[in-house]
Amino acid sequence: MTLTTDSRQDRPHHDAAARRSHVEAAAYRMRHYALNMGEVQGQGYVGQALGAADMFAAVYADQLRFRPLEPDWEGRDRFLLSTGHYAIGHYAALAEAGIVPVEELESYGSDDSRLPMSGMSTYTPGMEISGGSLGHGLTIAVGTALGLRHQGSGARVFNFLSDGELDEGSTWEAAMGAHHHRLGNLTAMVDINALQADGKTDTVLRTEPVADKWAACGWFVQRVDGNDVGALLAAFDAAAAQAAPEGAPSVILCDTKVGRGVPLLEEREKAHFMRIEEDEWQLCREQLAAGYQGETK
Amino acid sequence: MNTAATAAKPRLKTSAMIASFADPGQKTTSAPFGHALVKAAEENPAIVGLTADLGKYTDMHIFAQAYPERFFQMGMAEQLLFGAAAGMAQTGLVPFASTYSVFAARRAYDFLCLDIAEPNLNVNIVGGLPGLTTGYGPSHQATEDMAIFRGMPNLTIVDPCDAVDIEQAVPQLAASDGPTYLRLLRGKVPSVLDEYGYTFELGKAKVLRGGADVVFVSSGLMTMRALQAAKDLAADHVDVAVVHTPTIKPFDAATVLAEVDTDRLVVTLENHSVIGGLFETVASAAVQAGIGRRIVPIGLPDEFLHAGALPTLHERYGLSVDRIKQTVLASL
Repeated sequence: MTLTTDSRQDRPHHDAAARRSHVEAAAYRMRHYALNMGEVQGQGYVGQALGAADMFAAVYADQLRFRPLEPDWEGRDRFLLSTGHYAIGHYAALAEAGIVPVEELESYGSDDSRLPMSGMSTYTPGMEISGGSLGHGLTIAVGTALGLRHQGSGARVFNFLSDGELDEGSTWEAAMGAHHHRLGNLTAMVDINALQADGKTDTVLRTEPVADKWAACGWFVQRVDGNDVGALLAAFDAAAAQAAPEGAPSVILCDTKVGRGVPLLEEREKAHFMRIEEDEWQLCREQLAAGYQGETK
Repeated sequence: MNTAATAAKPRLKTSAMIASFADPGQKTTSAPFGHALVKAAEENPAIVGLTADLGKYTDMHIFAQAYPERFFQMGMAEQLLFGAAAGMAQTGLVPFASTYSVFAARRAYDFLCLDIAEPNLNVNIVGGLPGLTTGYGPSHQATEDMAIFRGMPNLTIVDPCDAVDIEQAVPQLAASDGPTYLRLLRGKVPSVLDEYGYTFELGKAKVLRGGADVVFVSSGLMTMRALQAAKDLAADHVDVAVVHTPTIKPFDAATVLAEVDTDRLVVTLENHSVIGGLFETVASAAVQAGIGRRIVPIGLPDEFLHAGALPTLHERYGLSVDRIKQTVLASL
């Protein structure tokens, strides 16, 4: 039955270039979805969704094992979105993955929608946790990874968090806990866009040297350009190559650009909550399309 | 000379960390929670135990010894403890996660609220040193834990009286769907309720004895004190009924209000601040039902309490049997 098809079976992993373009195409569609959702509200976390689209795409179009029509399938890999306001990016990924209908995206942030502004597991299929109170996701991921391993599951756990969440002490409690319990089935992805609610990360609370901190906590650390799909896939491969059920947890630190793919937004003064004028949305879409066509020529 | 001077000094009362509130000679049971959890785990393979560096002090060590592969030490990291418990519950396990009540209620509140209560997960929070059960002062005395937790949707709150309550509550907490908070009594815990033909039922209050003049509505270890005070007050020709309400939320208003709505003096007794605990639970239930009765609260004052020896502190703050009797006689 097609409902139970493993999401990874259809992927062109035999060919590195095909694999990469498969993920890039997914990221491109997801960026359009994010712009469409943002237009409904006239503003929102569009900048973050565009910046992190390659990370979401690498996970959903390449790494994650799931069944689109059976989001609670017991054998699935878990993707935990800690950064609740990135839900717009996650919904785009869930639509791309076939878990949420594309036509439902226009309800984003509206009354009675299954797609609230801040992601919640109780609202949305495929949403594993309620993030938003930052610094929670990795603690839950530790328990999820422990629980799955304890029950003999080979499923993997991915936790998406942002560099702002590195301010939270609970993130480091979890980082130490994951190492102590040797959670080789856990991969954290940190979106380092160097931007927080009150301004640039290095002016709000310096978190660098980020890689050294994770390494000191006993993690297998890689730092890549989070908008380079080839680099992201290589990092996932390297993480998988060293992974053992009882081994070091893995973190992929992803330097990303807020608004990536839309020059108008990339060049705008960086804001946590970006305002985009009514007449700019179509321009954003055109720039996104032009850029993608240019890159893939 | 020095020796003589030292010998003449009166021996000081101390704030022993593991102070017992059992009366001398009282029948006690050792680590009832730990043993009850082991027993429940024999029948339910999904049960796991977690702690934040307080296994030995929350009787979780009994479970850890019996089921080392089902016990998870999370270190002195309460946010991780409860976040991880939520994650484990999402994979189908039934976690019991223990720490002191102060750390669960004050330090890890956000994690209990959003990761456990909002998705209504079967995580059982076990809080040691509830109310005034340690002489270590405000850092360890969870005098407002129920006040903090009562506002949390989905959370069941249980305040057991003794070893009997704890032994019977544990399997019911494991079997109930949503999250629970147990105000743990640890170590050598008195066994009292077996003399009253009592059984613990989650969500139910029980009338332990009848009485014509006064009604005690009590929870936690104060039910033990209430029963003793009721016996003693008979000598003063005061006939006292005792209603035990181990489940604070959801509250069994029907049973309690049937006892409150009479001509007898109503007294609530709780090992908790008079703000936000049993007294206010009973009072709000009575008002909502249109019952305009005076209710005398016996509980801890709205203050940060002193450090010291537990018997001294229970006397000072009105929780001792003698102080209960004085309060009742002065209120009649």
